[in-house]
Amino acid sequence: MLARDEEILKAAEEWRRSGRGVALATVMETWGSAPRPVGANLVIDEEGNFLGSVSGGCVEGAVVAEALDVIESGKSKVLEFGVADETAWNVGLSCGGTIRVLVEKVD
Amino acid sequence: MRLEILSALNAERAARRAAIVVTDVESGAQRLVKAADVAADPLKDVLEHRLRSGKSGMAETRQGRVFLTVHVPPPHLVITGAVHISQALAPMARLAGYDVVIVDPRTAFATKERFPDVPMLAEWPDTALPRLAVDRYTAFVALTHDPKIDDPALIFALARDCFYIGALGSKKTHARRVARLEEQGVAKEALARIRAPIGLKIGAVSPAEIAVAILGEITAELRLPAEKAS
Repeated sequence: MLARDEEILKAAEEWRRSGRGVALATVMETWGSAPRPVGANLVIDEEGNFLGSVSGGCVEGAVVAEALDVIESGKSKVLEFGVADETAWNVGLSCGGTIRVLVEKVD
Repeated sequence: MRLEILSALNAERAARRAAIVVTDVESGAQRLVKAADVAADPLKDVLEHRLRSGKSGMAETRQGRVFLTVHVPPPHLVITGAVHISQALAPMARLAGYDVVIVDPRTAFATKERFPDVPMLAEWPDTALPRLAVDRYTAFVALTHDPKIDDPALIFALARDCFYIGALGSKKTHARRVARLEEQGVAKEALARIRAPIGLKIGAVSPAEIAVAILGEITAELRLPAEKAS
């Protein structure tokens, strides 16, 4: 099913209330051409289930992996993704843009 | 994000009220500002501007660098006419994120078989519309082609600040409609807001193609800056 914005935030609340560890990722800043606007959300649970998106699918895998850390540690992170290179997360945006993503635990 | 902030935010969204989450980038401190509380907030100017634009983003304030996540209500699509075009437009609009409702007093049209999962009110617009949240986040589309139904609905929509109002009908039909509505006391400037003939010019022929043209026009009105939308 296609997730609409309000369903993503509702899922974040419901997942947390049902006792799952949950993290919320939000696009904070974009430069150049980026597929999802600032404010776009991705919600992730402790098992790696996710709903929503912060890019066109290019960096979701890396965000989910980082989100599992955030759920465990409780400490928010800011991730930056740019054109694919060795330094960042070994993934990049094929569109050539750069995005910064806030990942925070819901608790 | 604390669960109580998320929960309060979801409650505002469900009630179709705008709200902004303010995150202090340095400390990570977070708070929710409801639209009704913006005027009394220390960051009033920045927040008011954001509410109007509906855009999230970073802002420099006296209190440091903050990230503002702006939540405006999901757009609403109110359609008069449980007609063939609506059978295509309703599911398309739902995919695009709209809450859709159809109003048509003709019970032969407004059936569950024709519209299995769209909320439908088989009532006259005068009865049905006041109960719906017709607001500035609403697109209103008149598709019955019947003045008895479309005219009162258009008068209702024009009196609210719907971001889009469109009506089915050729230039000729629309000219007659404008004349009728003027006679009923609707101002010329208000009537000029009605998009008719409805939809972007993409050569649409089938009901589904007309639905694409209408949804395209609504999207342009919602997303493009004012000077580019028309």
